[in-house]
Amino acid sequence: MLLSLPALHLQTSEHHPLFQLPHGRLGPWCSPTGSPAPLSCETGCGEGTWILVCRLLVPTQVSLLSMEEDIDTRKINNSFLRDHSYATEADIISTVEFNHTGELLATGDKGGRVVIFQREQESKNQVHRRGEYNVYSTFQSHEPEFDYLKSLEIEEKINKIRWLPQQNAAYFLLSTNDKTVKLWKVSERDKRPEGYNLKDEEGRLRDPATITTLRVPVLRPMDLMVEATPRRVFANAHTYHINSISVNSDYETYMSADDLRINLWNFEITNQSFNIVDIKPANMEELTEVITAAEFHPHHCNTFVYSSSKGTIRLCDMRASALCDRHTKFFEEPEDPSNRSFFSEIISSISDVKFSHSGRYIMTRDYLTVKVWDLNMENRPIETYQVHDYLRSKLCSLYENDCIFDKFECVWNGSDSVIMTGSYNNFFRMFDRNTKRDVTLEASRENSKPRAILKPRKVCVGGKRRKDEISVDSLDFSKKILHTAWHPSENIIAVAATNNLYIFQDKVN
Amino acid sequence: MFARGLKRKCSEEEAPADPLQRQSLLDMSLVKLQLCHMLAEPNLCRSVLIANTVRQIQEEMTQDGSWCLPRPQTPGRAPRDRLVSTEILCRSARAGPPPAPDPADLASALQTVPAAQAPGVVPGGPWDRAGPGESRGGFPRSLDQVFETLENHGPGAVEELFSDVDASYYDLDAVLTGMVGGAKSGPEGLESFASAAAPPPGTGCKADLGELDHVVEILVET
Repeated sequence: MLLSLPALHLQTSEHHPLFQLPHGRLGPWCSPTGSPAPLSCETGCGEGTWILVCRLLVPTQVSLLSMEEDIDTRKINNSFLRDHSYATEADIISTVEFNHTGELLATGDKGGRVVIFQREQESKNQVHRRGEYNVYSTFQSHEPEFDYLKSLEIEEKINKIRWLPQQNAAYFLLSTNDKTVKLWKVSERDKRPEGYNLKDEEGRLRDPATITTLRVPVLRPMDLMVEATPRRVFANAHTYHINSISVNSDYETYMSADDLRINLWNFEITNQSFNIVDIKPANMEELTEVITAAEFHPHHCNTFVYSSSKGTIRLCDMRASALCDRHTKFFEEPEDPSNRSFFSEIISSISDVKFSHSGRYIMTRDYLTVKVWDLNMENRPIETYQVHDYLRSKLCSLYENDCIFDKFECVWNGSDSVIMTGSYNNFFRMFDRNTKRDVTLEASRENSKPRAILKPRKVCVGGKRRKDEISVDSLDFSKKILHTAWHPSENIIAVAATNNLYIFQDKVN
Repeated sequence: MFARGLKRKCSEEEAPADPLQRQSLLDMSLVKLQLCHMLAEPNLCRSVLIANTVRQIQEEMTQDGSWCLPRPQTPGRAPRDRLVSTEILCRSARAGPPPAPDPADLASALQTVPAAQAPGVVPGGPWDRAGPGESRGGFPRSLDQVFETLENHGPGAVEELFSDVDASYYDLDAVLTGMVGGAKSGPEGLESFASAAAPPPGTGCKADLGELDHVVEILVET
């Protein structure tokens, strides 16, 4: 049964696939050579056109209650949405992913749970509700485990979710924690057989002596039920923590990457995997670099990339050899000697790497910037965007409080024209690659009114702070947006802020 | 904004350039590394990044000449050094918080050290001699023992981080392989982790962490 969350009513609007920022002054920008432009303190890009679609919160209590009928779920959800005290650590969202059509949106959390939202279908009666996402299915994907050999707990936190392209009525996704990948099948059941001969309606066995006639069971409609079943469990292949999974374009294989190794799996085979990258040194004392992210090329099933903690990206071709320890291409930007510090290496560590939908570019996220690379040019990125350069002077403090190790993700929009990534204070940033404009928006409970238009935010670096600006020292570093997702074809984005999932849509008049 | 004020330790500019700040950064990094493998399952990426930072500082200190090879002050003291420091660090964590240093003392200690270092003075000066109690005058004795391996003998500890010597608490190999659960098995690994590995996960470790937290708090709040 579907759990319907309170509607935030949207007025009908023409849907325009193009994302357009209104004309305004140029925000902080980087020249293509990568040298940062000075941060502008002028008012940014004018009024934004992103509006809040819905804010979703699914704490444990709600999903349990949803199983009962005749409950005013709106009332319950309203109270949960308002009362922050229900948020627990287990509800912290750790991954967000749209499926290939954008109809479904999956989130994983620290408690090992997966929650899938489905887009509200367009209907004549409630046209304005199109674009909202409601809970479709909730299931416990991973449980906490204990490794008896090492006396260590294995966290159940879901590190990544990746959807498989839909090939039949059911949906398939991969979810992984630090050690184990699972393939889940999510399917709908809206009919059930009735009229068994040997069982009565409650399922109790009937005494065969009482049966005098035979009938053929028929399928009768029932309330829609969505069930999730684990179809494969891919375990015991990773000594270190899995940070990435990526489905290959052949739809038959996928890879899982941990700190030192990458394994290639066939979906049908769970007791074997091929090791395709191994950077573990013979003597662990010589370890200076780890794998931070990996992804398959969207079209070429033999090609994949992986990023490292030293800010490099390697592109490998599986046709070259079984063990892809020798890269085909090596992407690294020469270090800027004027910016060198003890933290240079840490902030160059790449936290996420994503191919563009076209397959021509890769995008990488390090601590302060997002970079776009052309696959044909290895010696430097073609574009560099400053996410929060005002933090450059705070690196020592950020090292002390460990924020410097935060792993931010980055995403492309459907047409590869806009890229998005998160920051602190519940800010997230979008960069339009064509117009060279950027915007900072905030995902916050205070702005959670229906159809609330997101106002662009601005961080003041120094000097006089304007009325709507926030100073660097006032930023809340516990509110970090690490995970975001962009609908594959429309301008709908999902932003995870702790245990809240915000869904925004662009509104064009 | 930040949980622990860092104004005195690090200038709010670029990463530390002067030796005092560099030493503070080194201390902080070493503490982070130690805390690293006391946790249930340490983050390998984070540990590698911190270890690389420590190496970088060590290299720069070598070039500056502000770091010299560790010479055991008494014969045969070197190997015991490490064990002693391990013990002391964990003993002070378990036996309760060390007597809190007088804030006035700490403040004056920190302010006098840079003052004593005139701009022209070779940075290595105050750092490559003096016993544990001297360089940060005013520190109480017991807390100073905690600092023992992180200060003048700090560079020595850093070297041990990268040396091939077994049974070193700061052995990077041990630090990293400890995470992968006994890749380096045998008595050496166990010895070096005697205090760290001994408390079973979830019980003693967590209690120690709380007390160790207090120690670290004192370390970084000064």
